[in-house]
Amino acid sequence: MTAPPPIAMLAELTHRCPLSCPYCSNPVEMARLDQELDTETWARVFREAAELGVLQLHLSGGEPASRRDLETLVKAARDAGLYTNLITSGIGLTEKRLAALDAAGLDHVQLSLQGTNPEMADEIGGYKGGFQRKMQVAEWIGKIGFPLTLNAVLHRRNLHQLPRALEMAVEMGARRIEVATVQFHGWALKNRDAFMPTREQAAEATRIVVEARKALKGTLVVDYVPADYHDDYPKKCMGGWGTSGLNVAPDGLVLPCHAAQTITHLEFERVQDKPLAEIWYEGAAFNAYRGTEWMADPCKTCERKTLDFGGCRCQAMAILGDASATDPVCVKSPHHGALQAQANTHAAQTDAPLVYRSQPKKLAETVD
Amino acid sequence: MENGDVPALPRGVRLHFDAVRDTWVLLAPERAVTLDGIGHAILNVVDGTRSFGDITQLLAEKFNAPVDQIAQDSAGFLDALRNRRFLDVKA
Ligand code: SF4
Ligand code: SF4
Repeated sequence: MTAPPPIAMLAELTHRCPLSCPYCSNPVEMARLDQELDTETWARVFREAAELGVLQLHLSGGEPASRRDLETLVKAARDAGLYTNLITSGIGLTEKRLAALDAAGLDHVQLSLQGTNPEMADEIGGYKGGFQRKMQVAEWIGKIGFPLTLNAVLHRRNLHQLPRALEMAVEMGARRIEVATVQFHGWALKNRDAFMPTREQAAEATRIVVEARKALKGTLVVDYVPADYHDDYPKKCMGGWGTSGLNVAPDGLVLPCHAAQTITHLEFERVQDKPLAEIWYEGAAFNAYRGTEWMADPCKTCERKTLDFGGCRCQAMAILGDASATDPVCVKSPHHGALQAQANTHAAQTDAPLVYRSQPKKLAETVD
Repeated sequence: MENGDVPALPRGVRLHFDAVRDTWVLLAPERAVTLDGIGHAILNVVDGTRSFGDITQLLAEKFNAPVDQIAQDSAGFLDALRNRRFLDVKA
């Protein structure tokens, strides 16, 4: 099939982060500082992305503010004609840096929220004082006038804070909130016992979202990522594999989604070796699950196959060990019942400890 | 949308010509809305000072169409943008 050009690119500038959220989507094997792409290479990649048809650039990490050249990168992206969105925990941003990002042309800020009070937020982020700092950063963001999205990451431990998160978004003057229930990839897979919501919690969250959308119409847009595993139909991950978006990892690997490296038989190419367009259109990893040709039953003969493209490949891999299987979340998957039972078992582990993400290894051991 | 309302694109929402797809798009936080000729014509005259009444008048002349029809179409389009917070409206 001929693929359309991508609309969005996620640039994971670094895997470094002051926080250590146990649901971090970064891979368990992280890229080291000395493997990170340099400023010039990122600027070239942004130009190639714009030429390829990318409109939206998400600057992410780890914590993108851990890159000292963030301001330069934003400017390079704007010069390339991209819409620039900074996805940040806020830690590492100062009033001065925000002003510099403003001058560089940053379009939008997405601020993550680990909890609605210091007790919750600092425990989940594994960073003392993080919540207070974040509130200060939110104030500076408002003062400059950046459009703001609050990204509230929710799970069994903090789902009861959803109503307060909605209030906070309004108080901060955010135009949008993303109510994102934890998806089980990356580090979150290790924390299913601690984070899996109960069925009741998942249903309650949906009820609250529906109500908030009505009550806050015209004030706050509420986007919602419902709980994983409890649903009857899978999510259309990435808008379809190799269809609308791509990721570039800190070391230059180009991935169809942030978890794609868990599909171990795929081979990925690097921006240092090939033009982005060639990787997007010709790359074996991008073509592996593009469209519907690769499907087996029940997806192959399903009327929903172009709606959800069989769900998430990385989820099929993680749970069934087969990346080309139907996402086991789907009611039509023979594994659906087992997954629902598994979800309930995870959700019942009330005393489960948090497994924090670790930090990328430093430069190869040096003696000083 | 009333005739006296003044629509404006807020910070972070802007028109962009997408050369790859050969079309105008509205870029907004984490969204890109493809615009047809009419949508583009409407947003082109939204400048934060013209009222909705001015805008529909201008477009009616430009397209040689009845102002009521233009007002109805533009109101639907602009209200949808307002609900997504892609448009500010001052009374
Ligand atoms: S999820 Fe937490 S640890 Fe991972 S990059 Fe974001 S803030 Fe850092
Ligand atoms: S069978 Fe496959 S295509 Fe059909 S709904 Fe389930 S995951 Fe989607």
